[in-house]
Order: sequence, then structure tokens, then C-alpha cells
Amino acid sequence: MFSFELLFEAVVFGLLVGCFYAAISLGLSIAFGLLDVPHIAHAAFLVLAAYMTFLLGSYGLDPLVAAVLIVIPFFFFGVLVYRFYYEAFEKRGADAGVRGIAFFFGIAFLVQVFLSMKFGLDQRTVSAPYIGRSLELGDMRIPWRLIVVLCVAIALTVGLKLYLSKTFQGRAIRAVAQDAWALRIVGANPVLTKQWAFGIATAAAAIGGALLIIVSPVEPSLDRVYIGRTFCVVVLAGLGSMSGTLVAGLILGVIESLVLTMFGASWAPAVAYGLLLLVLAIRPQGLFRQ
Amino acid sequence: MSALLEVKNVTKRFFGFTALGDVNVTIQAGDRIGLIGPNGSGKTTLINCVSGVFKPEVGTIRFLGDDISSLAPHRRAKKGLARTFQIPRPFSSMSVEDNLMVPLEYVVHDLIDLTNETAVYDEARELLRRVRLDDRKGAFANDLSQVELRKLELARAIAARPQLLICDEAMAGLATKEVNEILDILLDLNASGITIVMVEHIMQAVMRFSKRIICLSAGRVISDGAPAEVMAHPDVRRAYLGS
Amino acid sequence: MKRGTIPFWVFAALLPAAAYGLPILGMNEYYFYISYIVLQYVVLATAWNILGGYAGYVNFGTGAFFGAGAYAALVVMLLFEAPLVVQIAVAALVGALMGLGAGLLTLRLKGIFFSIATIAVAIIIETFVLNWRFVGGATGVQIIRGPVTYGFETHTRMLFFVMSVLAVASLVIARYIETSWLGRGLQALRDAEVAAECSGVPTLRLKLIACAVSGALMAAAGAPLPLYSSFVEPHSVFSLNYSVMALSMAVIGGMARWWGPALGAVLIASSQQFAAFASPEFHLLIVGLLLIFVVIAAPGGLVGVIQWVGNWRVSRKEINRSASVVK
Repeated sequence: MFSFELLFEAVVFGLLVGCFYAAISLGLSIAFGLLDVPHIAHAAFLVLAAYMTFLLGSYGLDPLVAAVLIVIPFFFFGVLVYRFYYEAFEKRGADAGVRGIAFFFGIAFLVQVFLSMKFGLDQRTVSAPYIGRSLELGDMRIPWRLIVVLCVAIALTVGLKLYLSKTFQGRAIRAVAQDAWALRIVGANPVLTKQWAFGIATAAAAIGGALLIIVSPVEPSLDRVYIGRTFCVVVLAGLGSMSGTLVAGLILGVIESLVLTMFGASWAPAVAYGLLLLVLAIRPQGLFRQ
Repeated sequence: MSALLEVKNVTKRFFGFTALGDVNVTIQAGDRIGLIGPNGSGKTTLINCVSGVFKPEVGTIRFLGDDISSLAPHRRAKKGLARTFQIPRPFSSMSVEDNLMVPLEYVVHDLIDLTNETAVYDEARELLRRVRLDDRKGAFANDLSQVELRKLELARAIAARPQLLICDEAMAGLATKEVNEILDILLDLNASGITIVMVEHIMQAVMRFSKRIICLSAGRVISDGAPAEVMAHPDVRRAYLGS
Repeated sequence: MKRGTIPFWVFAALLPAAAYGLPILGMNEYYFYISYIVLQYVVLATAWNILGGYAGYVNFGTGAFFGAGAYAALVVMLLFEAPLVVQIAVAALVGALMGLGAGLLTLRLKGIFFSIATIAVAIIIETFVLNWRFVGGATGVQIIRGPVTYGFETHTRMLFFVMSVLAVASLVIARYIETSWLGRGLQALRDAEVAAECSGVPTLRLKLIACAVSGALMAAAGAPLPLYSSFVEPHSVFSLNYSVMALSMAVIGGMARWWGPALGAVLIASSQQFAAFASPEFHLLIVGLLLIFVVIAAPGGLVGVIQWVGNWRVSRKEINRSASVVK
């Protein structure tokens, strides 16, 4: 039953899936981790982006090309959602509380209803040269689509990390997370900065959504599967850390893959959530934050 | 007779940063104390340790001779320890009167008959009169001005019939006239038998109010005594002027 | 005695009596079938509001409590052939213990962290049931219903009566919490938790009570389900839909008063039953839009709107009266 090869394979797959988890969590890491917005709708945005990729795919576009095309509309969509949230809640008082959570819950709900009205409840897939074929390394077969995901995830993490640390806008976003008032002194508008950052977060979700449909078929209610996983990765990473998000994604992927190999698929869903509860109970500030 | 409050060897750290280092303070009943110190010197941390919001790693806190170090804040409130918050934290979905009902129901319920509604509301009105807020009893906390919010904080604190009241910057950001009004209220409360510790940056108010001043700097008590004495202390002058 | 107390108890007694007497009028069986669902949502929304509305802690685990109640009832039914009353009592106990446990684990977390933790608790419990052979694992269990008892003609009619009793019980409990010392304490900790604690409110204990009561009611609502549908299967029973619905009903109905969630539940659940023929998606779309609209523009929900209209009429009357005095 148990062999070293099996274990090795589980770890490799775990790392690949972990990259995927990290990639779909980066947007949430900005929106929730840095901006402190209770963004329950992040997973729904991922599924929305997956369907948009599917839509463009039906015109023969490669999912990765489609991802690049939907980044800009998603950026503006994010800007719009944040502006709406800001006018309705943050402007009036510091803490939106239950209503803020209910707002994003409602947005997620609407996205799901919209998708099931427009596309029906059937599962949707895309096709591309790298979907369905595998790279053979000795005895192991690694699906090309996971290798594509790996590359995109690393590029996205590095890109966002550089953006947040090297550009003026990026530094302003990190500053707004610390202290909105200090930001005003250096001459940047905290509201516009947060709005911009939420746009970036939603754009990242667009790319994550494209990866989602590359990795597996999608259906309108798929967001429920990923709410817990994405929040688990973000909390595990320590709010708002990009490289932490990558590492946390890898940890989740490997543990899930090991449980899958050793105990079977029916126990795997509990892993992310068990890990999440453990982190919340023991170290709510995350693993990678002082 | 034992002291009202005794803080002994209290140390509090956050992620390796020492916010309070071996603090010792003793407070006698009836006193009026000004707690001063530069920003980040540990004043609010000390208040949080005394009221039970934080648990110090080392040290004991005694109130009326009893060790209260391990009690939750609501237990300490029942023993007669009340506080206000630097940034007012009203129960914003309630009216001013109902804000006072919370401590009345939870702390002094065995002293007054809660089923007698007129008596309870009379009590609330009397409390509001003492802080000069009786004209706003039906208003919602959301509609109050800054100074009215400070008064509400005070009224809610004294509704629990405390022996010790700790005010965390009850006057910050107020106009001179308003500062004097709050100061008069605090002096009245002290005259009625409540011991008061006032954390404040406005030195004029501190000097007028305090019979004794404690100065904190970098988490340590650097001076403790009569106002003139403390203000003349070289360490205090250095901490404030940074020279 | 507070105003409205007597009408409340008259209503509380009349609803189950009506539920018992309705079959005499010869109503179509189908109406009992759907009214059961409506009343089930009255219980769920009211229970959700005890923690979500009064204490301000958003629970996304409604389905977990509901499902745990259904499975607890199923287990005592399979093991001991326990009667329905015992099934409900056991389910409520399991729900209360689950609420306490989940509360101890998660209530020190604030806001959104608490909400995420409740999703986690829900999925973990579902996973355990999925792997539990005795109750059928992922495929579920088919139940053979015994003969109808207590003088009812059909199972559906009996369960409709039982659910109406549960609905009234949950309203009585919610109303008691709202008007007692518990309600004021929960409201205080929702507004400003640290300040409430420093004003003498034992916040952790109050939150645990709210969690346990809310969990017990949700589980009790799930207990008659095995008999009602004669088939139990984890995916639909533990569905996040129950959380979606309970939250929407409470928010739209109004979280500040005990009758708000019930009003929301009656409106949304009954319109959902009628929309089931026409366009269920369209119904969900309306609910979603309404939820966002209420959250932004009418935070008091329907309760707030009704009270606002009431106040407006009272103040108009007063203006008229003072005008006539002047004359």
C-alpha cells in the first residue's frame, strides 16, 4: 500500500496544486489581508472570471490569452465594487460589521445566480493544447495544465510582490494598510489608493479564475468549495504577505495531497478547514508575520 | 487599612516589546491622581492591565486588598473599578439613557429594584444630571457631540457605582471651555467619594486636578509625588522636552 | 407587564391550535407540505438572528447545525426507534453542545474571522458524516416511516403541526432574550464589546449562551426532516443554502426585533415555494438584490420600515391633535 514513490508523487502533486491555491488566493490577500475588507465574494469573483474565460474560449481563444483580456474589465469591476462598498459603509463609520459581511455575501449570491441564469447548472470546461496531456518523467505523469498553473502562479506572486515593494502605488497600498492618516501626509488619497488596490485584487482574481477553469471544470456554485481554501491560505500566510501566500498555498496543497493519498478523497475537504481552525485558534496573526 | 489599588511589579510585553516594565503604583482611597507621560509611554497599557482588558505576564494587581490579577474585566467592574475610553465607545444603537441601563442591570442590580422602572429611570436621570447631560437623555449615542460623548462615557462609568474611576484622556480634543466643564464634573465626582485617576496630556488640567502625579516613560514610573515636585523632576522634564 | 404581551401569548397559543385544526377544513395536502418548509425557515432565521442579529456574530454554519439535528434524530431513530419528541430533544441537545463547542473554539475571534471559522466547522462536520458508514455515508439513508400517530391523518400534517410548535417556541425564546437582561447585554457587546465587558457584562458567557440557544433551535428544526422527506443525504442537508437563506431572511426582515426574521422567512420562503414552478433563479435574484438593497439603504429591514411608518403616523396624529388644541 504505502511506498516511497507514492509519497513522493503526493508531495509533487501537492506542490503543484499548492501553487494553484496560492494563485487564486493572491487577490484575497490584498483585499482582505491588506485592505481589511471582509471580501466573502472573492471566490465568487474567481468563478465569474472562470466563466468569462469559458465565454472567450468558445470563440477559440486560449484560456491564458483570455485571462489577459479580462484583467482590465475585472480591474474596473473591482474599483466599482469597492467604491460602492466605501460609499455605503466605510464612509459612514469605521466598522461595517454584520452589514459589511452581508453585503459581500449578497454580491457573491448575485454572481452565482447570474451565472446559473446565463450558463445553466452544467459543468463547463475549456480546451487548450496543454489540457489533457501529461509530461512523463520516468514513472510519473504530470499534467501540463498544472505546469502552466505553476508558471503563472510564480509569475503572479513575483509580479505582485515587486509591484507592492518597488512602485510608488504599491508602497502607497502597503502604507494604507498600516495607517491611512500617515498616507495622507505624503500626499496620496487613501480612498483612491484602496480603490485602486481593490481593482488590482480583482484583476488578480481574474487570472486566478482562468487558472480555475484550466485546472478543473466549473459550475456556478463552485465558489463554496474555494471560500474556505482561499481564506485558509490568506490567514495562514499572515495577512497581506505575497510570498507568505505562496508558501501557505504550498503547505495546504501538500497536506491535502498527503491526506488524499493516505486516507482517501472523502477526507480531503476537511483538511483545509481543519488547518484554518487550527491557525485561527493558535496563531491568528498567521505563520509569516512577526 | 489596605490601599484601594495596589499595582505590584507589573510587566506587559507585546511581541517582545516591553510596554510596561516592573511598574509599582499604590493608590489610596479618595485621592485625585494625574497619570502623565509621553505618547507610547504605557499609560493606556497600564489602564488596560488594571481594568483587565490585558493580562500582564508578571506582577499582581490588588483592589481593596483582594488579588484581582486573574479576574475578567466584568468581575473587576463589579468590585468597583470603572474606566472610560480614550476614543469614546458608546453603545451606539441605544439611547443615552439605555446606555446607562447596561451597568445598572449588570453591576448594581442587587442594589436597586430593576422591576421598578421609574426608580431605575430616576437613577439614570440622576447620573446624567451629575455629568450635566440630562438634557440629552433620549438622544441616540450616534447623534452626540464630542463633549457629550465624553460625558456619556463618564456617566456610564459611574453608573456602576465605582470606588475607583480611571479616565483615559477624557478631555483630548475639546475646547478650553469644555475642558473646564469636564474638569468640574470630575472634581464633583471626587468630592462625592470616588477616587479618580486621570490620564491626560493637557497639563493645565492635570495641574488643576491632581493632588498627586505619576509620570510614566518608556513603560516605567520615572516620578511619583506632589505635582510641583514631579514637574520639577529632571527625568520628567527630559521625557517631555526630549532634551 | 409590557405592552403587547397578552396579544403575543394569544398568538403563540393560536398558531399551533390552528395548525392542529386546519386539516378539518379539508385543505390540500400540498399546502401542508410547503407550509412545513416555511415554518422551518421561521425557526432557522429566528435562531440565526439570536447570534447574528443580537450579538453581531455572523454564523455561516446554519446548515451544519440543521444537518447535525437531522442526523442526530436519524441516529436515535435507527438505534432506539425513539419517538419524534425524543428525536427533537436529542437533536436540540446535540445542537446546543455543538454551539457551545464551536463557540468556545471561535468566539474569541472577531468579525469576519468568526464567520470563516463557522464555515470551517460546518465543512468538518459534514466530512465526518460523509465518512460515517452507519448513517449511509455520502449516499444517505432511506427511512421506512412508521404508522401515523397522535390522531393525525398523514405524516405531513403531523410534521406541519410539530414544526408550528417549534416555530412558536423559537419566537418565544427570541422574544424572551430580546426583552430580558440577556438582550441588552448582547446588544451592548455588539455595539462595543470591550466597553460592555468593562461595564460589567460577562461577554463570553453571553455569547456562549447565544451560541448554544441558536444551535439548539437550528438542530431542532432539522430533527423532523428524516420523517418529512423519508430520505437523508449529507450534501443537501448540510448545504450552505440554509446559511444563505437564514441570513437573507433575518437581514431583510430586520435583525433588531424578534419578529423581523420570522417576517422575512414567511415572505421569502413562501414566495420561493410559488416561484418554484415559474423561475426559481429569478426568485433568488430578487432575494439577492433585496439583501444588498436592505443592507445599504434600510439597515433596519422590514421591521425598520414598519416602525418608521408607524412613527410617522403617530407624529402626524400628534401634529393634528396639537393643531386642534390651538384652534
